[in-house]
Amino acid sequence: MSTTRPFEQTQAAPAGPAPGVISVRNLNFYYGDHQVLFDNTLDIAPRSVTAIIGPSGCGKSTHIRVYNRIYEMYRDQRCTGEVLLDGENLLDPSLDLIELRRRVGMIFQAPTPFPMSVFENVAYGLRLHYTLSRSELMDRVEDALRGAALWDEVKDKLHQPGTALSGGQQQRLCIARALAVEPEVLLMDEPTSAVDPVGTAKIEELVRMLTSRLTVVIVTHNMQQAARISDVTAFFFEGRIVEVGQTTKMFTNPANKQTEDYITGRFG
Amino acid sequence: MRRAGQRRRRLVDLGMKAAACLAAFVGIVFLVWVLSEVIVRGASALSWSFFTTLPAPPGAPGGGLGNAMLGTLLISLGATLLGVPVGVMAGVYLAEYGAGTRFGTLVNFMVNVMMGVPSIIAGLFVYTLLVVSLGHFSGYAGAVALAFLMMPIVARTTADMMALVPNTLRESALALGAPRWRVIVQIVFRAAKAGLLTGILLAIARVSGETAPLLFTALNSPYWPRTLSGPMANLTVTIFNYAMSPYANWQRAAWGASLVITMGVLTINLVSRFILRRKT
Repeated sequence: MSTTRPFEQTQAAPAGPAPGVISVRNLNFYYGDHQVLFDNTLDIAPRSVTAIIGPSGCGKSTHIRVYNRIYEMYRDQRCTGEVLLDGENLLDPSLDLIELRRRVGMIFQAPTPFPMSVFENVAYGLRLHYTLSRSELMDRVEDALRGAALWDEVKDKLHQPGTALSGGQQQRLCIARALAVEPEVLLMDEPTSAVDPVGTAKIEELVRMLTSRLTVVIVTHNMQQAARISDVTAFFFEGRIVEVGQTTKMFTNPANKQTEDYITGRFG
Repeated sequence: MRRAGQRRRRLVDLGMKAAACLAAFVGIVFLVWVLSEVIVRGASALSWSFFTTLPAPPGAPGGGLGNAMLGTLLISLGATLLGVPVGVMAGVYLAEYGAGTRFGTLVNFMVNVMMGVPSIIAGLFVYTLLVVSLGHFSGYAGAVALAFLMMPIVARTTADMMALVPNTLRESALALGAPRWRVIVQIVFRAAKAGLLTGILLAIARVSGETAPLLFTALNSPYWPRTLSGPMANLTVTIFNYAMSPYANWQRAAWGASLVITMGVLTINLVSRFILRRKT
């Protein structure tokens, strides 16, 4: 295990290319016999925010659920193609799934605090991947909670159940839990859809801050959110990637008629 | 015409209400009747020595059922030790690994069938398996018979309680890099804790009052239980024997035993309700 702490890492500019580069090549996805993703190809730059938008059921969530292979939990789901993370095909069956999931964290639609204390929630991932002394563990938990802009709100409630926090705080607790194991990529599947506007603003601000450390891929239904926080936007429609581009360009001058119609609210 | 329709509707409503209340009342009356009979008749048999001494011969005064109470406790404990681990693991299989597979569907079906197996069949099965082959009745055989009845109940409630844990909780633990077994033991068990415990307690309560499976496995004994490998005293078979006997003091002891076992089962039920309520 590395002894550097997350924030010290970001202050020292890394030599060489930053980790967290994703290249998706010809990804097809099936629920049983039903194909839901068609030939997805997408490049994601390190330390950027990529927003994935599109109407309900177009395969946005399915697409990012390939990046950490969480779909494998379900027997009837499978995919073909390649997803390269820093040049390595993460769909390779011999890949260490546990290490992959340390490198690629995920935040879900509804906050999912574990049935344990705030502290234990954050410590859970750390305990899975590292052997730490009590004081190291304390430090790392604090770092992670600070990284998720939650420390000041929960420092006196560390031993209360995670479920006792507000919805927005629970979601940031989940972000802290994911950050604690120092991932390169953070996948967010509509992370603010169950959070009130104040909590949403805090999470959006946090996402912007996170790009100094990692790559964020966020699925969102909210156009304004995509415009506010992302560098690049990918528009999905019926399982295909219709258009990918700089967010500013996508929202002002999209190349594709479908993209324009969706963004301007003509459908979806 | 509109008024007439309204009156008819009110009458039907009243009739339904009355019928439902009456049915509920009949149910309650019998429950209260049974309970009060057991309490009134049983209480007169209770004394300190009833819990601490061996049965008296017919007609002789005094005596107790200490041996039968201890025997019932031991057999129930043995059944719990055998039945709960297997039941819980079967429930884990059903909820976590087997869902949707052919074998899982088969196990699910078998568990449901086993829940409906009359308890005397479980006794008969263990009788041929452990009593006939070994040549004697035993406490072990009784515990196995009761465990046989517990397993499907525990498996069913475990599977159902674990199925109530939302999949997103499993996904978020897996997404952190937790292996499947850790997700089950550290997250799903914890989330379903109250339900699992309740299921186990209700299964214990359910089998500790069984008579039929013990009739030809543990049998009964007038002595203190020394070993699990011989016939063993227990409350339910004692109730069966004593209640049918012509001796007044034995009949009274049967009522006492009924009260003891009723209170025991009731206590377990109340405790499990308390656990479930505190959780929610």
